[in-house]
Amino acid sequence: MNKTRALVLRAPGTNCDVEAAFAFETAGADVSMVHIGELIRRDKELKDYQIMVLPGGFTYGDDLGSGKVIANEISVKLGDDVKLFVENGCLIIGICNGFQILVKSGLLPDPAALNKIQKTTLTNNDSGKFECRWVNLKVNPDSKCIFTRGIDKMYLPVAHGEGKFVADKEALNSVDMAVQYADGNDVPTMSYPENPNGSLNCIAGICDSSGRIFGLMPHPERFISGSQHPRWTGERLREQGDGFKIFQNAVDWIKHL
Amino acid sequence: MHRIEVCIKRHLPDSYGQGLVKGISDLGINNVSDVRVIDVYWLDAELEREELELVCERLLADPITQDYSYDSAIKTIKEGMLHSIEVAYNAGVADPVEETAMKAVIDLGIDSVRAIKTAKRYQIMGNLDKNDMDVICSRLLVNPIIQHIVGDNPVVFSESPKYKFKLKQIDILNADDSGLNTIAAEFGFNKNEIQAIKEYYSKLARNPIDAELETLAQTWSEHCCHKTFKGKINFNGEIIDNLLKSTIARATKELDKPWCLSVFKDNAGVIEFDDKWALCFKVETHNHPSAIEPYGGASTGVGGVVRDILGTGLSAKPIFNTDVFCFGNPDMAYEDVPEGVLHPRRMFKGVRAGVADYGNRLGIPTGNGAICFDKRYTANPLVYCGTIGLMPKKYSQMGKQKAGDLIVLAGGRTGRDGIHGVTFASEQLDKDSTEVSFSSVQIGNPIVEKKLIDTILQARDKELFVRITDCGGGGLSSAVGEMGSETGAKVYLDRVPLKYAGLSYSEIWISESQERMIMAVPPDKADELLKLFADENTEATVIGEFTGDKRLQLFYNDKLVCDLDMEFLHEGHPQLELRALWCKAGVLEPRDEYPDIEQSLLKILGSWNVCSKEWVIRQYDHEVQGGSVLKPLVGKNNDGPGDAAIIRPVLDSDMGVVISNGINSKYSDIDPYWMAASAIDEALRQIIAVGGSLERVALLDNFCWGNTNKPERMGALVLACRACYDMSIAFGTPFISGKDSLNNEFHYQDTTIAIPDTLLISAMGVIKDSSKAVSMDFKKDGNCIYIVGNTYNELGGSEYYKSIGYLGNDAPKVNPQQAKKTMDNLSKASEKGLVKACHDLSEGGLGVAVAEMAFAGGKGARINLGKVPLGEKINRDDYILFSESNSRFLVEVAPEDADNFEKTLGDVAFARIGEVISMNSLQVFGIKDDIILKTETEKLKRAWQKPLEW
Repeated sequence: MNKTRALVLRAPGTNCDVEAAFAFETAGADVSMVHIGELIRRDKELKDYQIMVLPGGFTYGDDLGSGKVIANEISVKLGDDVKLFVENGCLIIGICNGFQILVKSGLLPDPAALNKIQKTTLTNNDSGKFECRWVNLKVNPDSKCIFTRGIDKMYLPVAHGEGKFVADKEALNSVDMAVQYADGNDVPTMSYPENPNGSLNCIAGICDSSGRIFGLMPHPERFISGSQHPRWTGERLREQGDGFKIFQNAVDWIKHL
Repeated sequence: MHRIEVCIKRHLPDSYGQGLVKGISDLGINNVSDVRVIDVYWLDAELEREELELVCERLLADPITQDYSYDSAIKTIKEGMLHSIEVAYNAGVADPVEETAMKAVIDLGIDSVRAIKTAKRYQIMGNLDKNDMDVICSRLLVNPIIQHIVGDNPVVFSESPKYKFKLKQIDILNADDSGLNTIAAEFGFNKNEIQAIKEYYSKLARNPIDAELETLAQTWSEHCCHKTFKGKINFNGEIIDNLLKSTIARATKELDKPWCLSVFKDNAGVIEFDDKWALCFKVETHNHPSAIEPYGGASTGVGGVVRDILGTGLSAKPIFNTDVFCFGNPDMAYEDVPEGVLHPRRMFKGVRAGVADYGNRLGIPTGNGAICFDKRYTANPLVYCGTIGLMPKKYSQMGKQKAGDLIVLAGGRTGRDGIHGVTFASEQLDKDSTEVSFSSVQIGNPIVEKKLIDTILQARDKELFVRITDCGGGGLSSAVGEMGSETGAKVYLDRVPLKYAGLSYSEIWISESQERMIMAVPPDKADELLKLFADENTEATVIGEFTGDKRLQLFYNDKLVCDLDMEFLHEGHPQLELRALWCKAGVLEPRDEYPDIEQSLLKILGSWNVCSKEWVIRQYDHEVQGGSVLKPLVGKNNDGPGDAAIIRPVLDSDMGVVISNGINSKYSDIDPYWMAASAIDEALRQIIAVGGSLERVALLDNFCWGNTNKPERMGALVLACRACYDMSIAFGTPFISGKDSLNNEFHYQDTTIAIPDTLLISAMGVIKDSSKAVSMDFKKDGNCIYIVGNTYNELGGSEYYKSIGYLGNDAPKVNPQQAKKTMDNLSKASEKGLVKACHDLSEGGLGVAVAEMAFAGGKGARINLGKVPLGEKINRDDYILFSESNSRFLVEVAPEDADNFEKTLGDVAFARIGEVISMNSLQVFGIKDDIILKTETEKLKRAWQKPLEW
């Protein structure tokens, strides 16, 4: 059987590409690192892949706002390819900067809005600071998200300065809230630092109505193995990190198509 | 020309503006209710309305959170009480945003924009007078080195003046003594150096060209050739020829470890990690630039050391950053800050932001560091930036080029940034430094550097270049000059891509513009290399070739502008002669003070040196690259102070790298020898504390000193170097690289303030099985608490003495033979899994260590000072509790493991002094078995966390 083919998109300022690739490889995918220029020059084609990963980082320095410049580049130069990719039933995951790109290009919450005015955004943390800390996440059981199937909660790190999810009322009410920041009792919370950025509705990640496009601020690729947990020395060395299932779900879903 | 303004919508909080409200209140101005920040973009173009709107809506303003306005001012907060200040960068200082914005506009299909400039407009609400506004501008909003307040009719787009070639020669042959002095002062030569230069040119029977003298000045600077360390020193009558070779490097040579792959010759020291991989480590200082412009100085400090790693062997991937800062006290009164110097709080905030922004953007975890405070650092802050790299072992050796190989310059463009940075770095500061050193400040662009990293590592794996080095201090002059020393080189300076016109040939040659690397590329590989760089959107240019004639020849439009003999350039430097002496000063000892124990502990925990640095740490991405095993913050609530950091650099392997540092400048006032020994002991014991061993540990030395032309400062340096040799040999831990920054002194009101002599020791070790790592938080009540290592009456320079206003005479010493045995045996206990928690004893001694372990674990502890093993008689509880004797650990052991643990420790000094308890209380019994301290751990934790909750 052919392996699931995943593409990790690189651009100037991408920086979580290696660990994202490692996570997908561990989950059994065949991973290619592809520079955005290779797609634009047609040296490589998006249609040859089944999963597109937009990893974390500071694409183009996050100048003009996080993810903004590359979101514009993708919309203008790769819009048709991405639309086709989505129509073909493929998966897209955007982590941290990748989530910012998905939102600012309009691919989330509704890919039909690509290249149009965005409806939601990710903006400066309420604390006014970059925050690197671990957070509890509650996974919404009613979400259509392919990536979070079978997961009820996760403990993952965030590391961002612009992670506050904001939308107008209409968009906020209709969005599929795949994951939310939660307190120690797994109840979604608006209080800092459990909700590290002040996201409306405690939103940590959302997906589109098909469940195949998923963006989140926390980093599942940074919790694949037990020793990445901040308290493994005091608790126990887990077999596997909470983030791993996200990648496994994606690879399994493609396999069973 | 169009002007676009963008700001956060009125009903949403402006978090940056809120930060400024806080910053203004820190200045003592409390009647500011709101600050709104407006981003200003100037577009040099004539655009249609639709185009302008497209640019605003799609690029410059976020439709959900921001409003925009073009060609008219935006309305933000209500009128009245409103003060508006616009700040822009000075000419020649480029905001990276301008370049990105250009790219994005072109992506949108608009290609008629000629240039973009940015500015910021601050709207400050409050009843402020002119004086208040001046204070806010000068202390918070504007750094005149790089910025200015925009007036009513700004010239936004000015054309750079064209450069007209004129060969500049300096008449050295006919210069008399005073003429020679003038030339020497202009280029930064000392007397012997200018004499040697005159002799060289007399033999050639011609005068030097300015570019030649510039090249010599850069190459012979302290920063580049460490002439003090290599000088001839008269130390109390004893002659030391080359301090570096006779102490630090000698230890490495004598230890002769087979796992040391490349030491003291490349841009970083290299050791073996496993069969396939090697690690390299370098720590740099960026003190002077940070003193002038904290954000830019510190960020380019990170950028510079990362390029050292990229330029080691045939290039390594940067995998970890460590940063250590020394500042004046953040609560210093403004009137005590010398004129021309930034307040320590602003310095601290700027440096922190610079390091975090640059490191985070490069995707390198910052997982270890330290911050020290002393008022003598106010005018001379220290900013140490260190990076570890990982590379295939086969690429660990410095490359070699052949005659005919091309010189390729890659990365950022060349501007006037940092001109004379190297000679500046080696000079003393004074209040005018901010003015004269205008062009010495460098501006960084981390994304350019990230692209360089991504591209160079691919080029390395394809073996497209045979040698690489970074453009750091001295720019091209140092990089090409050094690389071509064994072959010779020709460089065509007019081929160097420039940021703007107007640079002379010598400015191009010595510019320290950031994010540039030099490669030696065989001609048949050049096309493939240049294509790879082009594909990754990174500029790379052939600027010359290596020759076989051992000459350094520079051309500008076919005119020869430099022709130097490589041998004279690299070997012609006359050895520096220095005098050194040291005599120990005796100071007052406290005798009759018996301060309250609880108050003292609270005071020490809340001191700047000891308090929690969480505010800094959380703003660094310490998780990126996914390898962290022991994070900087540990314990039940992820907020306890971890000792060393551990990362797994190869994600599918359990092998770990352990990183720590030791810095104890407070002891240097008492004894520089024991200051240095203590720093080494501290770095090593942190490695042991987290479960590492001394088996494969490499050290780095970083000396930041006062003026070594003064015999006492030089004497202190000699003693510190001797300690480095002695400790390195005894612990079996070689030095692999080092750096120095001398002349950290400041002239103020007829006095000179020197920093305390400061040695940072950075240590890197290999840990075979990182799943054996130990963290410092107490784990379980009922477990035993052991102290390992003897306690002495060593409170000189301690935080305890400092808290009662004394220095003292007895700095902690190190008995390295005993210390090594202690560390080796404790390491074995960790290896066997017998250690549940371990913390090294440092600032604040046993008292601080037990408090930190308790509140980090959310537990309590009961200990008895009467059981603490003493190296000499001590009859005071406070001395036992707060002594800072070296080589000591506090260890948590499960009762069932106690026998095995004791047996494993063997005959080193240790004792079981108490246990972990479930109550959140710290109880300390004195030598008379009376209770001398009983307090809630939560109270201790609050005191520890409070100072830096900014």
